[in-house]
Amino acid sequence: MYEPLDKSSLTLRERISGFVNSFGLPRLIIAAFLLVLYIAAPFVGAGFWIQISNTINRFSWNAIMVLAMVPMIHSGCGLNFGLPLGIISGLLGATLSIEFGFTGPMSFLMAILIATPIAILLGVVYGWLLNKIKGGEMMIATYVGFSSVSFMCMMWLLLPYHSPTMVWGFAGKGLRTTISLEGFYDKVLANFLQINIGTLSIPTGTLLFFALLAFAMWAFLHTKTGTAMTAVGSNPTFAKAAGVNVDKMRLLSVVLSTWLAAIGILVYEQGFGFIQLYMAPFYMALPAVSAILIGGASVNKASIANVIIGTFLFQGIVTMTPTVMNNMIHMDMSEVIRVVASQGMILYALTRKTEATK
Amino acid sequence: MRNIKKDFFGNQVLTDINLTLQEGEVLGLCGENGAGKSTLMKILFGMNVIRETGGYEGDILLNGQKVSFNSPFDALAAGIGMVHQEFSLIPGFSASENIVLNREPKKRNVVSEIFGERLDTLDYNEITGRAEKAIDKMGFTVDKDMVISEMPVGHKQFTEIARELSKDQLKLLILDEPTAVLTEKEAEALLASIRSMSENGIAVIFITHRLHEILSVCDKVVVMRDGFVVKDIAARETSVNEISKWMVGRNVDTAAGADVRDHTEAKTIMSIRRLWVDMPGETVRDVSLDVKEGEILGIGGLAGQGKLGIPNGIMGLYEAGGTVELDGKTIPLNNPRKCLDASLAFVSEDRRGVGLLLDETLEWNVAFPAMQVQNKFLKSYLGGLIKWRDEKAIREVTERYIDELAIKCTGSKQKAKELSGGNQQKICLAKAFALEPKFLFVSEPTRGIDVGAKALVLEALRRFNRESGVTVVMISSELEELRQICDRIAIVSGGKIAGILPATDPSEDFGMLMVSMVK
Repeated sequence: MYEPLDKSSLTLRERISGFVNSFGLPRLIIAAFLLVLYIAAPFVGAGFWIQISNTINRFSWNAIMVLAMVPMIHSGCGLNFGLPLGIISGLLGATLSIEFGFTGPMSFLMAILIATPIAILLGVVYGWLLNKIKGGEMMIATYVGFSSVSFMCMMWLLLPYHSPTMVWGFAGKGLRTTISLEGFYDKVLANFLQINIGTLSIPTGTLLFFALLAFAMWAFLHTKTGTAMTAVGSNPTFAKAAGVNVDKMRLLSVVLSTWLAAIGILVYEQGFGFIQLYMAPFYMALPAVSAILIGGASVNKASIANVIIGTFLFQGIVTMTPTVMNNMIHMDMSEVIRVVASQGMILYALTRKTEATK
Repeated sequence: MRNIKKDFFGNQVLTDINLTLQEGEVLGLCGENGAGKSTLMKILFGMNVIRETGGYEGDILLNGQKVSFNSPFDALAAGIGMVHQEFSLIPGFSASENIVLNREPKKRNVVSEIFGERLDTLDYNEITGRAEKAIDKMGFTVDKDMVISEMPVGHKQFTEIARELSKDQLKLLILDEPTAVLTEKEAEALLASIRSMSENGIAVIFITHRLHEILSVCDKVVVMRDGFVVKDIAARETSVNEISKWMVGRNVDTAAGADVRDHTEAKTIMSIRRLWVDMPGETVRDVSLDVKEGEILGIGGLAGQGKLGIPNGIMGLYEAGGTVELDGKTIPLNNPRKCLDASLAFVSEDRRGVGLLLDETLEWNVAFPAMQVQNKFLKSYLGGLIKWRDEKAIREVTERYIDELAIKCTGSKQKAKELSGGNQQKICLAKAFALEPKFLFVSEPTRGIDVGAKALVLEALRRFNRESGVTVVMISSELEELRQICDRIAIVSGGKIAGILPATDPSEDFGMLMVSMVK
């Protein structure tokens, strides 16, 4: 007994408001703002194609960390404010790989291989913790992220690293705050099949790598286990009554998220060209969280499309505002706008736990 | 009260209720769950929900004058007191503080002279005095200095009563199932205090499921059923038997037992021995029950007696103990997965909480348990390493059930939360049917759905049983509904099976069983 909706009877006004509802007002505003920036760019002397290249580049660095948000949102653990924990696993992988003397593309591969068991281990502990405090995940996650960063601030100094490329020059021990990746895996993905047309340059390898992981995530969500994970997030009692081990699914999602964060930071580093230690991971969670929210995800629903759209919009704003706005009004507004957009978006999403948009 | 009518969104729950009560008279009000007792009392007490849902029709006369209460405060001022089923006491305060709450005697002091009466000091001597007086009036001693959170439940109940009694203007006291939480001795003390209240000229409306209490203390009995007053009689002229007959007896005996089959010869498919379940509000104490293959067994009983605990306990949703055997094999308790693996299925009474993925499509709702438990609707790749969701099979099965159960929706991709209650219930059934179980528990399948949908749901269940030979155990608080489709009906009372009767037995027998062991 179907009762199809009669779409032809809708007025134009209803259609517009329907579109705004389905696309999401905040996302619409940000998209419009970004469009204005692109249009304005050539007029203030910033090359259009350079700007596009910048945006795509930054997209390619950050997209995997935004993708890391997806599993935990699906399993009902909320937004992963504990992203720094995964990032630290990645940093450990990166530094250990260099310490062990790997160079070139091999160092990237080894960094992933070393980071993986660390991420899984930390993810299990983190997931176990989150299973103890159901309902307050996001707050606890924030503290887990912060405290792990602070803990590692000590460890970076104390761990017995010796590689001369990484330790402080005078003391000969303790890692530096910024470590150059030249000779290691700087641009190792980005240079793969890179496309250069005039001023436009596209880091094909990095995009392909992201596409691979995004496809894997999409596919995972279509399997039996992925379906169970989504159901756990949608209604844990229903999942339990259907014979799903709720805690196990949540744990799995946290491990996945932590691992993706570890891979995400490695990809970020290869694009950026440096490893940043100490307080750097501290500021990594919020941009990723706001990017997926701008992309239309909610606290309990997210799709791969949300990741792609969100990362593009968020990174687009971040890259475009400094060049365009600064050229226009000769004042550094970019930081202000970035903070307003990212924090405001998180606030907005947390106040309304409604449905995600497509 | 004259010609009281009330409907909730077009759903008539009270029709032409007439009640009169003399000064000092004790009126016993009884009826099955959902008969309208509580709604009637809420109207009388001016509760907000009544006004929010569109008010009521008819008049309430107090001492010959028409009154209309906009809030419980108006009712209180007019001398009506109410003791609720749920305690409305402050746990950290002592009994006497609770008794005089918000009506505390006060003393002026220097600060309050300046800043107004909100800063008056409390007069503790006077508080104690008033509390003592109220407790005396009640005739049951409660330690007035004890903090509420440390009291046994019975004493909390008495504290509430004392609070109402401490109001000087009190003329009418409503007691909503006050004895439900009391021990036998405490209940007797309560009955004694009701008598003494009535001697003091306070009229009492006493709602209870324990019928003998009504007979021992009330002057008058009013029996309600389906929103009508069916009997208004002096207490000394009736008996427990008669009251229980009026409570459940309906003029629909026609439908009952239309297709009852005898399965005594069939083998026992499930045997439950000494089952206990710790489900809040529905505790199962000691249930032993045999279910025959192919039958529809009904489990009935009053609310809170434990009938809902039985399926929830067996399916592992609440902590349980005892032994349950299906087809001779023991089923481990407290493990939902093992039950499902053993081909048991359960349609929960908590549709929105347990039964559905409200934010997901109908397809997911129907196919999910079967997919997780039996690996149905999946495509295997790489030798079973990857189990891919088979969207086409899922859509097909959902569309089949949408047709079969006449589910009203815009398509199989609609979200479950957008359906009406009755259609959501059908989705829950479809979900269980898709598991193709050997044995199906259905809990309160018709709760909160309209008459038409009810008939369809019951019909679907019966067809599922008769055509596929699946054993069905249906739990419902509506006896008539059970009698319509079940072969046998077990009545649960006080967390135990009070008796099992063929569905063809007269209603009053079931009514007797229902109240037999109420604790």
